Amino acid sequence: MDFEETLSTSFEALILNKTRTALSVLGIVVGIASVIALITLGQGSQKAISDQIESLGSNLLTVMPGAQVMGSVRSYMGSVTTLTYEDAKAIAKSPQITAVEAVSAELIRNTQVVAGRANTNTMITGVMPAYAQIRKLEMESGVFISQRDLDSQTKVAVLGPQTVSDLFGEGTDPVGENIRINKINFRVVGVTESKGGGGFFNQDDVVFIPLTTAQKQVFGQDHVNTISIAAKNEELMEQAQNEVGYLLLTLHNLPEPEQADFSIMSQEDIIGAMTEVTSTFTALLSGIAAISLLVGGIGIMNIMLVTVIERTREIGLRKALGAKKKDIVAQFLVESVILTGAGGLLGIILGTLISLALVKMIGVPWTFSFNSYLLASGVSAIIGIVFGFYPAYKASNLSPIEALRYE
Amino acid sequence: MLLQTDNITKTYQLDGIKVHALRGVSLGIEKGEFVAVMGPSGSGKSTLMHILGALDTPTSGSYFLEGKDVSQASDEALSEVRNQKIGFVFQAYNLLPRATALKNVITPLIYAGVGKKERVRRAKEVLISVGLGDRLENRPNQLSGGEIQRVAIARALVTNPSVILADEPTGNLDTKSGDELMKILQGLNESGHTIIVVTHEAYIAEYAKRIIHLRDGEVVDGL
Repeated sequence: MDFEETLSTSFEALILNKTRTALSVLGIVVGIASVIALITLGQGSQKAISDQIESLGSNLLTVMPGAQVMGSVRSYMGSVTTLTYEDAKAIAKSPQITAVEAVSAELIRNTQVVAGRANTNTMITGVMPAYAQIRKLEMESGVFISQRDLDSQTKVAVLGPQTVSDLFGEGTDPVGENIRINKINFRVVGVTESKGGGGFFNQDDVVFIPLTTAQKQVFGQDHVNTISIAAKNEELMEQAQNEVGYLLLTLHNLPEPEQADFSIMSQEDIIGAMTEVTSTFTALLSGIAAISLLVGGIGIMNIMLVTVIERTREIGLRKALGAKKKDIVAQFLVESVILTGAGGLLGIILGTLISLALVKMIGVPWTFSFNSYLLASGVSAIIGIVFGFYPAYKASNLSPIEALRYE
Repeated sequence: MLLQTDNITKTYQLDGIKVHALRGVSLGIEKGEFVAVMGPSGSGKSTLMHILGALDTPTSGSYFLEGKDVSQASDEALSEVRNQKIGFVFQAYNLLPRATALKNVITPLIYAGVGKKERVRRAKEVLISVGLGDRLENRPNQLSGGEIQRVAIARALVTNPSVILADEPTGNLDTKSGDELMKILQGLNESGHTIIVVTHEAYIAEYAKRIIHLRDGEVVDGL
């Protein structure tokens, strides 16, 4: 039987039962749409994370407290207090260390910051002067934290552009103004240029103060959260990692590398760990969406079985007129593939719209993934074949006599 | 001999009880005959019709259609036999309900693998020959009972089959339309078609040149 006829026969049958057709397609639409939306969202946040981390520079090493476990971070940042300002100073000064260009230790806390009547909750980061060089920060106006600020624990602050617009309004230059952190007055001495990004990883929503001021006067802490290290160049990354590792083991009186109470991660390691987390999350959500696809498929099978029973006489008649089993199978399979194919197409459109909306809401980049579209179309066609096959097979096996007698 | 049955039997299992629908039927029909198969209900005439129409196979015995034994043929082979050698006219309402008259007549040609232009041309031709040239695009629900059966005849004719099998073709028609239908069949027979009509009504059987009477699965008269 030729394909064109099969196709037009199937369309006629589907159009006859518009409501039923629409409802059975709906299951597939919802399933495909959620798969598309979740995959797009997952890939978007992955890209956001790697973009952010990438923008910090490829020669950056981060020392974190707590041992390294299978390439991922074991403890919540800040819950382990094994790193100190002295560690950072030792790394900077040690003659054994040759591959490191700059070192900065950081203490990070989220706190309310007040300026006049405005206030915002932001990331207070106690830093050393080398931080700007390591993180490739440029100044929009004013200056960054200096060594003199660090030595004398001065109360000066450098704001990120997001914090400036939160506290002073967009486009204003707050250098010389005062802000209050934990009821302590700080003088704004500089504003950094925007590093871009948004959402969870906004590098512009930040206040930098001298590390010593943060430790002694604001938060009363002796430890630091991270030590950032810039290697002299990318080729020296591994050497820098080793040198810093051995020095820290010695400083912490740990004879064996296995006992390390810190971990040193390159940007690549961090991206890897973060990607692992988001991929697991994306896979989990996609799995849930896939279950809804399965349910949609069962709905299609159900409808096709009803259709076969309704059209028993028609099937008998077609067989009497010379239709072979494969003609009958083809007719019903085409019908169910049209159903799921249409569902897949609508699902792709709906899923794209949903993902565009979500991406905008959450603030991660929208990524076009040809693969996920291909996957969704393939999956919906396969669902049509898999779940349409049993009803079609059942139809093709009807005896023409029985079928013609059916009332 | 166009078709010949040799001692065919058919046995069904119905709720665990053996039903002997045919108990050894041997008959032959020549090309160009117009035969009526008559008998009360339960006589086995429908079963005989199904076997002659290659819709079913006999339990034992053989059935030769144009010299070829089709009594043991596979499902696929039977589909081909039905498509190429037999034209069915069933009781009324055996058209595809959603399809137009033209589409209904085209259907067997689709299964026969005839090209698109050719099948439309042939279908139009036979529909015009049964007087439905102005009803091509009408669906069954827009046609009268008599017209529906004429579409069915056109559909039976369009593949140019060896034999036309009509199973109670006037079953749902009034006497006037029934007579008209039988006259069409008579006309077809006169122009050379072989026709077998299964009926339980004597006045319908009168149109045939030969009447085969069945009773309890056996031929009692008409051989």
